[in-house]
Amino acid sequence: MTDWTRETGARIAGAVRAGDITARSVVERHLDVIEARNPALKAFTDVTAGRALANAERIDARRRRGEALPPLAGIPFAVKNLFDIAGLPTRAGSKINRDRQPSEADATAITRLEAAGAILIGGLNMGEYAYDFTGRNAHDGHSRNPHDPERMTGGSSGGSGGCVAAGMAPVALGSDTNGSIRVPSSLCGLFGLKPTYGALSRGGSFPFVTSLDHVGPLARSVEDLALVHDAMRGPDPRDPACWGGPVEPLAPQIETGIGGLRIARAGGYFTRLAAQQALDAVETVAGALEATRVVEIPEAERARAAAFVMTMTEGAALHQERLRKRVSDFDPEVRDRLLAGAMLPGAWYHRAQLFRAWYKEAVAELFRQVDVILAPATPVPAPLLDQKVFTVEGQDLPVRANLGLFTQPISFIGLPVAAVPVWPASGLPIGVQVIAAAGRDELVLRVARHLEREGICTARVAA
Amino acid sequence: MPASDPPDFEALANALARALHLPVTEETLPGMAMNLALAYRLAPAFLDFPLPDTLEPAAIFNPLPPAGASS
Repeated sequence: MTDWTRETGARIAGAVRAGDITARSVVERHLDVIEARNPALKAFTDVTAGRALANAERIDARRRRGEALPPLAGIPFAVKNLFDIAGLPTRAGSKINRDRQPSEADATAITRLEAAGAILIGGLNMGEYAYDFTGRNAHDGHSRNPHDPERMTGGSSGGSGGCVAAGMAPVALGSDTNGSIRVPSSLCGLFGLKPTYGALSRGGSFPFVTSLDHVGPLARSVEDLALVHDAMRGPDPRDPACWGGPVEPLAPQIETGIGGLRIARAGGYFTRLAAQQALDAVETVAGALEATRVVEIPEAERARAAAFVMTMTEGAALHQERLRKRVSDFDPEVRDRLLAGAMLPGAWYHRAQLFRAWYKEAVAELFRQVDVILAPATPVPAPLLDQKVFTVEGQDLPVRANLGLFTQPISFIGLPVAAVPVWPASGLPIGVQVIAAAGRDELVLRVARHLEREGICTARVAA
Repeated sequence: MPASDPPDFEALANALARALHLPVTEETLPGMAMNLALAYRLAPAFLDFPLPDTLEPAAIFNPLPPAGASS
């Protein structure tokens, strides 16, 4: 008998459309898993069971009437709790925001996914105000990695990673400012898509750094990433940065293979502070793709520094009034970074923006020579929950600031990235970034799908 | 760029917090100073990088309302 909590969203939708299973039973089974596993893993902060069951019954009624069902019919999904869910305050991982009025409307992403037949089952834990790479949360409890609950999920979309890796939903939405989709995808052994900046609408989501904020899915299959992306795309007046994404949907393109693609590994900065597991993962993926060329992403270390300062500055500007009025209600680790960010010179921020413009052109030039670049997603596999530093090349690096070492220089200029999971012979998974030029989101999913089809990259439900 | 002699970051954070009306306490000061020091350590990487004077920052202000917005 099929355990639908271990299947992909695409298989669930196919079975619902064929009448092999009802949407209601799919939702009920996932709610059972949430009830059983969430107290220990702390992935969900809100479960919208009533809404989910009502929507599932609507899907089932449509099928009984002989109506054609939409592409995501019956697929349960959950969202990082910075997405507005009608009737709930948008907590964005904070204590402060839960005093806000309940949202009157859903975020654009939820509206579009439900219009495509997917079924929202709840809101997910996250690092406070998304200023986090660990998945720790001082208010709701720390997200725990389903593959080893003593370890981090990664963040800030920690609940999104935990939820999908535990079989609580086949797909979850996260946000990624500096790496917050790619880091939990890496630590939880999942596929993740950070699309080109502005491709998917952030309408109705709580911001962090609007110059850098992206939204996107985490899933256990590449096809699910593509299906969710395609249901979410399109311009949205609620998000001024949203240009609507690629004209052509991605799902029909993912099976077209990698023939003719020029694929290279990132050297230099992307190898210096990577642990052996991260280097081995890139080697495994590069070997499978026959990618022998090594390229240098120019000035990546400077890009990371500029992203760091922009993040501190914009984040501080966003929260300045909350810092003045409710400083004791912040997680201390987030509070102190925001307070420091409020003190940085304006000229630094402006210079970081100018550097960003230069760097964008320099990397675009590199992408005239190659189509896809591979790089580690995180320097190490999942650290222990209370671990403060990790050591690479004899250097002790604070976990909180450095899990995003390799993701920050990429999101800084909004490039599309698929995080793909690699499992060593024993031990925890770690991700590899598959990176393409801006607007070429289809390339990263074509490569990711090739790796999945060849069995090089797979996502598993934790036992 | 930041001075070559690193400042006393606790003193700097304390002074800036008071000037900017930000809350500063014995509990917040060490973390503020640590993060300020980190930013000062990282910033020269891009502050010292030569850039042409003609560069525009990434965001360009658009005075027109978004398409579809009511006037």
